[in-house]
Amino acid sequence: MHIPDGFLSTPVWATLDLAVVPAVGYFARRAQGLEQSKVPLLGVMGAFVFAAQMINFPVGVGTSGHLIGAALLAYTLGPAAASVVLTAILVVQALVFQDGGTLALGANVLNMAVIGLLAGYLPYQIWGGGRWRRPAIFLGAMLSVMVSALLALSELLVSGVAMPATALRVSIGLFMIYGLLEGAITVAVLGALESMNVGFLRVPEASVSHRFKWVGLAAILLATFGALIASAYPDGIQRLTSEIGIGSHGRLRISTPLANYEAAFFQSGWLRKAAAGVAGVVVIYGVCALGGRILGRQRGK
Amino acid sequence: MHHVVLDRWGCGLSPVHRRDPRAKMLAALIFLVALATSHQSYLAVSAVYFALLVTAIFAAGLPPAAVLRRAALVLPFSLVFAAMSVASGDTTRAISLVVKSYLSALVVLVLVSTTPLPQLLGGLERTAVPRFLLLVVQFLYRYLFVISEEAQHMRAAAAAKGGSMGRVISRRRHFGAAAGAVGVLFARSYARAEAIHLAMLARGFAGHFRPLAKSSFRKLDAAFLAGAVAAIVLLRAAIEAWT
Amino acid sequence: MDALIDVRSLCFRYDDGTVALDGVDFQLYPGETVAIFGANGSGKTTFVLHLNGLLMGGGAITICGNAVNKQNLSRVREKVGVVFQDSEMQLFMPTVLEDVAFGPLNLGLSREEASERALEALKQVGMSGCAARAPYHLSAGEKKRVAVAGILAMRPEILVLDEPTTFLDPPGQRSLIELFESLPQAKILVTHDVECARALAHRAVFFEKGRIRGEGSVEDIVARFNWDRTVIRRPTSSRH
Ligand SMILES: Nc1ncnc2c1ncn2[C@@H]1O[C@H](COP(=O)(O)OP(=O)(O)O)[C@@H](O)[C@H]1O
Ligand SMILES: [Mg+2]
Repeated sequence: MHIPDGFLSTPVWATLDLAVVPAVGYFARRAQGLEQSKVPLLGVMGAFVFAAQMINFPVGVGTSGHLIGAALLAYTLGPAAASVVLTAILVVQALVFQDGGTLALGANVLNMAVIGLLAGYLPYQIWGGGRWRRPAIFLGAMLSVMVSALLALSELLVSGVAMPATALRVSIGLFMIYGLLEGAITVAVLGALESMNVGFLRVPEASVSHRFKWVGLAAILLATFGALIASAYPDGIQRLTSEIGIGSHGRLRISTPLANYEAAFFQSGWLRKAAAGVAGVVVIYGVCALGGRILGRQRGK
Repeated sequence: MHHVVLDRWGCGLSPVHRRDPRAKMLAALIFLVALATSHQSYLAVSAVYFALLVTAIFAAGLPPAAVLRRAALVLPFSLVFAAMSVASGDTTRAISLVVKSYLSALVVLVLVSTTPLPQLLGGLERTAVPRFLLLVVQFLYRYLFVISEEAQHMRAAAAAKGGSMGRVISRRRHFGAAAGAVGVLFARSYARAEAIHLAMLARGFAGHFRPLAKSSFRKLDAAFLAGAVAAIVLLRAAIEAWT
Repeated sequence: MDALIDVRSLCFRYDDGTVALDGVDFQLYPGETVAIFGANGSGKTTFVLHLNGLLMGGGAITICGNAVNKQNLSRVREKVGVVFQDSEMQLFMPTVLEDVAFGPLNLGLSREEASERALEALKQVGMSGCAARAPYHLSAGEKKRVAVAGILAMRPEILVLDEPTTFLDPPGQRSLIELFESLPQAKILVTHDVECARALAHRAVFFEKGRIRGEGSVEDIVARFNWDRTVIRRPTSSRH
C-alpha cells in the first residue's frame, strides 16, 4: 500500500521522513561497499521487479495477483542491497507513476523497504539454511507484505484517517490474502530459480546474534498477529480497555502519543509546538543514527 | 509504456523546463509542505494553489487536459479512503483527502514533466540522499523499458502456448508457469546486469561514476525560486489572514 | 613488424565447466582487419572478452607490448576498444553525450576534455545531433553508432567489433560498414555476415570448439568451411 500525500498528519510524515534518512544511508553504505560496481545489478533488478508485476498469477475465480518482490530481493541480493533497490523502486513510483506521495516517501520507504523488508528477511536468516527453508521463505514473504501493510494502516489511523470497523477488518483480511499469495509466489519463483542451478540464492550469513534475531522475530510475529486479532475482535478489546480503565479508578485511555500530538499542542503557542516538534525530530534522528551505528559495529566484528 | 509520455513532456524548451532542477525541486517541496500544513482554510488555499499550478502548466507548454488527467491516477485510492471517512462520519476529512492528494500528485507531476528524471537526480546530488541510491534509480529508470518489454514478450509467448494447446490449463499449472516466467525474467535481468557491468569495465570503469554535467545555478533560477516561494507563502498567509 | 595483439595458447573454462577456449594462437598486425568466423557457441565472444582483460584464462596475451594482467588493465583497456553485440547493454547512461563521455572520464580526463572528445566522436559517427537525447529513444542503427562513438572517444589503437551488423536493417548495415571503412584503427571483426567481412577484412580465421581451425583470405575460409548461406539448388530434372 503506497500512501499518497495528503493522508498523513504533519508530525507523522515529518518524523518518518527524518527517521528514514539514517536507515537509507546505512543500507546504501552497506550495499555499496567500497565501490559502485553493484549499481547496474541493483538498478536492473529494480526494473525486474516492475516488469515481474506484469506477470499474473491466478488466485481464486477470475482474479489474479502478482509478485511484490521485497522478500525475493532480500533472499537473492541480501537485505541491504534489497533495501536500496526497494527504495529506488518507491522513488520511481512516486515521481514517475504518481504512486505514493513525496512527503509520504519516508513513511512508504520505512514500511516497505526497511521494516517490512527486515521482517521478511528475519525468518530466512534464522531457518533459511536448514530443513525449514521453504516454510521460512513462505513466512518471510508473507510477513514482508503484512508488516508493511499493517504499518501503513496504523500510520493512517494515527494520522486520524477514520475507518469503520468493518472496513478495517476487511482490509486486514485482504492484507492477509496478499501475504499468503506473496508467500506462495515467492516460494514458487525461488523454486524455479533453484532449478536453474545458478546459485542466485544467498545462504544466510550468521552475523547478528541469535538472541537478537529471535527477539526480533517474536516481536514482529506478536505485533502482526496481535493486530490481526485486535481487528477481529475490536469490541472485545474495547471492553477490556474500558474495564481496565474503570478498575484502576482513573480514566485510563489507550492513547497514541502522535494522535494527540497535534490536539494537545493545538491551544498552545506555535513556538512551543515547533520546539516540541524539533525536539522530537532530534531525538528520533539520534536514536536511529545510534541504532545504525551499533548495527554497523556489530557487523564489523 | 507509461513513462514515455513523461519523457516527451520533459524535453520541452519552455522557460520552466530550462530552470535549474534544484530551484524547481525546492519550490515543489515548499508547495507540498505549505499544502500539507494548511488546515482551517485549506480549501481556499487549494483553489489558489490549483490556479498556480495551471499557470505553470500553461507556461511550460504542457497539454493541460492530459496532465490533469494523469494526476488523477491517485484518485481511486483517495476515493476509497474518502468513502470510508464519510462512512465513519468525517466528511471534512474525506474532502481534504481527495483535494490534498490530488494537488500533491499534480505538483509532483508538473515537476517531473518539466524536468527529466536524470536531471532531477543530478539536482539531488550533494544533498543528504546517498549518491549510490541515485545511481541505482538512474539505472532502474534506464532499463525499465528494456526489461518490461522482455516481460511483455514472455507474457505473449506464454499466452500463445496456452492457446495452441487448445485447452484450459489447470490453475496449478498456470501458477507454476507464471513462477517459471518470473524466474526466467529474473535470470535474464541478472545476465543483462552482468553484461552492462562488463561493458562498463571495458570502458575503463574503476569503481566510481564521475559526473559530466556541471551545475550552474543562475540568477534566473534564483529569481524563479524566490518568485515561486513568495507566491506559495504569501498567498497562503493572505488567505489565512483574511478568513 | 611487431604484432599489436599477440595471443599464445589461450585457454578458458567457465565456472560451470564449459571449455570455451582450448589453445588459441592469434596475431593482429597494425593496419589490418581480421574477420573471425565460427558457429554460435564456438568461443568467439569469450575470445573477445580476453582481449581487454574482462576474462583472464591460461596462456599469454600481449597488447602493444603490454602483457594483459591485473597491473596493466587500465592501459590495455585504453588501447583495445570493444564494441559488444548488444548496444542496449552498452548505453547505460541517461544521455548520449554522458554515455560517450563515460570512457574518457574514466581515463581521468577533465569534464571539458571528456565532453570535447565525446562530441568529436559523435561527429565521427554522424550522430552530432543526438547528444542530448536518451539512448533508449534511438533506433537500433543509431544505438550502434553511439556505442561505437563511446569506444572511439577513448582513442583506442585497436577496435574489436563483436557481431556489429546483427539487429540492423540492410541500409543500416551498409552505412555501418562504410563507417568502419573510414576508421584507421586495426580491427578484429567477429561476424556471421560474409558480405561485411568481404568489404572490411584482409584475412579471416575460423573458430571451432574453442580453437582456430583455419586461417586465410576471406574467400578461402568461406570456401573451405562452406561458410555461406547461398542455397545450392539441384537442377530439377523435368519429367516428360
Ligand atoms: N557466462 C557463461 N557461463 C558458462 N558458459 C558460457 C558462458 N558464456 C558462454 N558460455 C559457453 O561458452 C561457449 C562459447 O560461447 P561464446 O564465446 O559466447 O560463443 P560465440 O560468441 O562464438 O557464439 C558456449 O558453449 C557457451 O555456451
Ligand atoms: Mg558471441
